[in-house]
Amino acid sequence: MSENKKHAEIVVITSGKGGVGKTTTTANIGVGLAMRDMKVALIDTDTGLRNLDLLLGLENRIMYDLVDVTEGRVPYKKALVPHKKFRNLFLLPTSQVKDKSSVNPDALMKLCDEMRSEFDYILIDCPAGIEQGFQTAIAGADCAIVVTMPEISAVRDADKIIGELGRADKDNIKLIVNRIRPQMVEQGDMLDMKDINDILSITCIGQVPDDEKVVTSTNRGEPVIMTEDSLAGRAYKNIVRRILGEDVEFMDLHKDTFLRRIKRAFGMN
Amino acid sequence: MFDALRKLFGSEKESSKQIAARRLQLVLVHDRASVSPEIMDKLREEIIGVISKYMDINRENMDISLANGDNDNSVALVANIPVSRMKHGK
Repeated sequence: MSENKKHAEIVVITSGKGGVGKTTTTANIGVGLAMRDMKVALIDTDTGLRNLDLLLGLENRIMYDLVDVTEGRVPYKKALVPHKKFRNLFLLPTSQVKDKSSVNPDALMKLCDEMRSEFDYILIDCPAGIEQGFQTAIAGADCAIVVTMPEISAVRDADKIIGELGRADKDNIKLIVNRIRPQMVEQGDMLDMKDINDILSITCIGQVPDDEKVVTSTNRGEPVIMTEDSLAGRAYKNIVRRILGEDVEFMDLHKDTFLRRIKRAFGMN
Repeated sequence: MFDALRKLFGSEKESSKQIAARRLQLVLVHDRASVSPEIMDKLREEIIGVISKYMDINRENMDISLANGDNDNSVALVANIPVSRMKHGK
């Protein structure tokens, strides 16, 4: 496993509100970076609510978990679960025990520092909320990706999280707007990426449409970025390219409908 | 004819997205400043008290609220207080 010394960028993926797609985002970006030949570790810190393993199809391969590592029972390399297809992608699963304080900020920071030289990217999947679990997840991160969706409660919680990250001196924050429904945006019934960006005023690195393929691919334990022909998969690929520093235009989620052409003709769009 | 078209395209009334954006802007200004409605009320009363010493003001049309400032994430206290009459001397 050892090669040239690396210096991983540690990215925490967070949202405040639950159910906006933090874990899905973590799985997709992780796979996407691995597809681009990066060596990636995903750390699930949502103690007691283990799910990242399911999204990656690795639920049957877990031997040890994060608590085993932070409490010194096994070295982290022993707990890492390699992905079946992408051999440079590894999961450090969370524990299924309920005690949320079992991993503290110092322990996770120490672990991240130890792992840094082995990976290009370490992605930390953060639990929902702004309590201890959140504080632990962000402790060792160099930068944060805030996932939100076009719903007022999710945007409000994202704003709260951005404030909390600021208080913890995490100033490198990027935004992903997940589960956009282009048709509702079209009808003026859903906030779009620009609206949310105006409200939260942080750099947006992706907009992901609400795509049924996300559900079907999750059912299979293969993140949607692995499927060739899905809109959400393409959106995640673009996000990965932006993370790698490429300048990628935002894709148009809307179909060029008749109504849209008329609106444009009347200068209403 | 144009009215009918406007209605058809929904620009007649505020769309639900515009309502969402407006409500969010407002609630976030308060979230960011961590100012409760009670404190705003108290502030409003005290401001009125001070200004009333020097001017007669129209309470009906006055507005004191928090708004987004010029910079990102900054907050401004915006007061619009119509003055009916100056109070001179004692």
